[in-house]
Amino acid sequence: MTTATLTRPAPAAAPATGLGAAVSQSIAMAWRGLVKVSRTPEQYADVLIQPILFTLMFGYLFGGAVAGSVKGYLPQLVPGVLVMALITASTVTGVQLREDMDKGVFDRFRSLPIARVAPLAGGLLADTVRYVIATVLTMVMGVIMGWRPNAVGAVASGLLVIFCAWAMSWIFAFFGVSARSASAVQGVSFLILFPLTFLSNSFVPVSTLPGWLQGFVQVNPMSHVVTAVRELTAGGTGGADVGWALLGAVVVIAVFAPLAVRGYMRKV
Amino acid sequence: MNAPAIEARGLVKVFGANRAVDGVDLDVATGAIYGVLGPNGAGKTTTIKMLATLLSPDAGSARVLGHDVVREAHTVRSLVGLTGQYASVDEDLSARENLVLFGRLLGLGIRGAKTKADALLDEFSLVDAATRPLKKFSGGMRRRLDLAASLIAQPPLIFLDEPTTGLDPRTRLQMWDTIRRLVAEGSTVLLTTQYLDEADQLADRIAVIDRGRVVAEGTADDLKRSVGTQSLHLTVASHGPHDGGTGPVAATRRAIREITGQEPVLTPVSDGARLTAPLDSAAAVSELLVRLRTSGVEVRELSMSRPTLDEVFLALTGHGAQDAETPVLEEVHA
Repeated sequence: MTTATLTRPAPAAAPATGLGAAVSQSIAMAWRGLVKVSRTPEQYADVLIQPILFTLMFGYLFGGAVAGSVKGYLPQLVPGVLVMALITASTVTGVQLREDMDKGVFDRFRSLPIARVAPLAGGLLADTVRYVIATVLTMVMGVIMGWRPNAVGAVASGLLVIFCAWAMSWIFAFFGVSARSASAVQGVSFLILFPLTFLSNSFVPVSTLPGWLQGFVQVNPMSHVVTAVRELTAGGTGGADVGWALLGAVVVIAVFAPLAVRGYMRKV
Repeated sequence: MNAPAIEARGLVKVFGANRAVDGVDLDVATGAIYGVLGPNGAGKTTTIKMLATLLSPDAGSARVLGHDVVREAHTVRSLVGLTGQYASVDEDLSARENLVLFGRLLGLGIRGAKTKADALLDEFSLVDAATRPLKKFSGGMRRRLDLAASLIAQPPLIFLDEPTTGLDPRTRLQMWDTIRRLVAEGSTVLLTTQYLDEADQLADRIAVIDRGRVVAEGTADDLKRSVGTQSLHLTVASHGPHDGGTGPVAATRRAIREITGQEPVLTPVSDGARLTAPLDSAAAVSELLVRLRTSGVEVRELSMSRPTLDEVFLALTGHGAQDAETPVLEEVHA
């Protein structure tokens, strides 16, 4: 060991607090997430396969029955698969967070004078990459099969869905910090995921459903997001559903981000 | 900074039915190495975690450099560096990436964090391994990286939780040197250890913790003195360690008891027994030897030494330092 590069400890600087510090700490944590992704790209297999598989499978399976042709079904189906794929991807966040938190490095994060939200927000921010990949793959698969969306609307709807998925990931992050094990997080997440994604207007016209189910489907926030994406990709302009989707996402973050941070602080 | 490094009063932490820390008081002055010595499960790690704000105490209070660990937790975090019992670095990142990450989290900026990381890698002889995956790191390299990560912010107080557990002797000595250097440069170090020689070698003051309580506190010499200034070791020949009431071992035992007023500890050795007893004055030894020659006892070996911390621990707690008979007090990491 060489000598004399360590300087005499100065009285430590006043701890950085405030929004600016919290944001830059979250970005540093997101950088950590991305470095980890570059080490183990294979964990992205599910995000790669699901959009391709579901677009292909549902397109050819239901296309004729629901819309008369595959091509006619795609404007309905692609937004549905897109939302489903991203919400599924957001559950992975909770599982990975749980695994991550069991490691020794989280002890150090807790002992640092950093914003308590940063380790969570950073991890969730890094997961945005996952959502971008799923969005691009779903849309490209749709285009290959004959979907022709409005280009501006496609970009706008992509951003909207990514934001909604990010908001949803706070719910699963909350499960992640509350549950005992990663597999428990997975179980709970899927229990929520399936009714939420399938009992929506993602795959079939709502008018074909029994009355009581229509009621649920219409209040299901997923339906609003799917409708918003359909409107955007069809005409390039969004209606009230875009507003509802954004509002819903903000409310979810406002409720679950503090809950997740509190749960995280309690875990030792 | 005139406030003491650590001032803890009646710290308590309960995990379920287990009082892992049961009323710990600590006073640590700045600029020194303070050793917290105790067996596995004595409550050392739990105590450190409370002082480093990772756990909140169930009762009692603690101030670190004048700041309350509960009410001013954020300030305390900016004043302490913690190196855990299990390396708290990111396994999936390289050594350099780890240091850069912690630097950025501490607000050094990207360039500043990189400069600091490179300086610390050099400081801790990790330059060659800087970009290698951590999974291929040896235990010693990991500890060094861990310690380096604790020093990024140049904290005035550094917690080292069993810094040398599991290290080979050479790496252990290197770690000792590093710790001594930190203090020479003005830091205060609080380290926990279950090795008596480590506390003896490094620490200016030592608190002995057993079953969640401080059972003794002072310098290593204070502690050794508390069990007598000298320790007498006497090996006598016999056919067995327990030779009834009439053999040489029993005679020696009786002689020691009568002359020193202390009950010797008996350890069987091959064809004989070793007797150890605290001794207040060396003059008693000649009296003892005369008595033994008169009784015809064959003395194989006689030595006197300052008592080791091992003996201190035995005297203070009634069981040895490496004694693993305390599974009930296993620290719980919920």
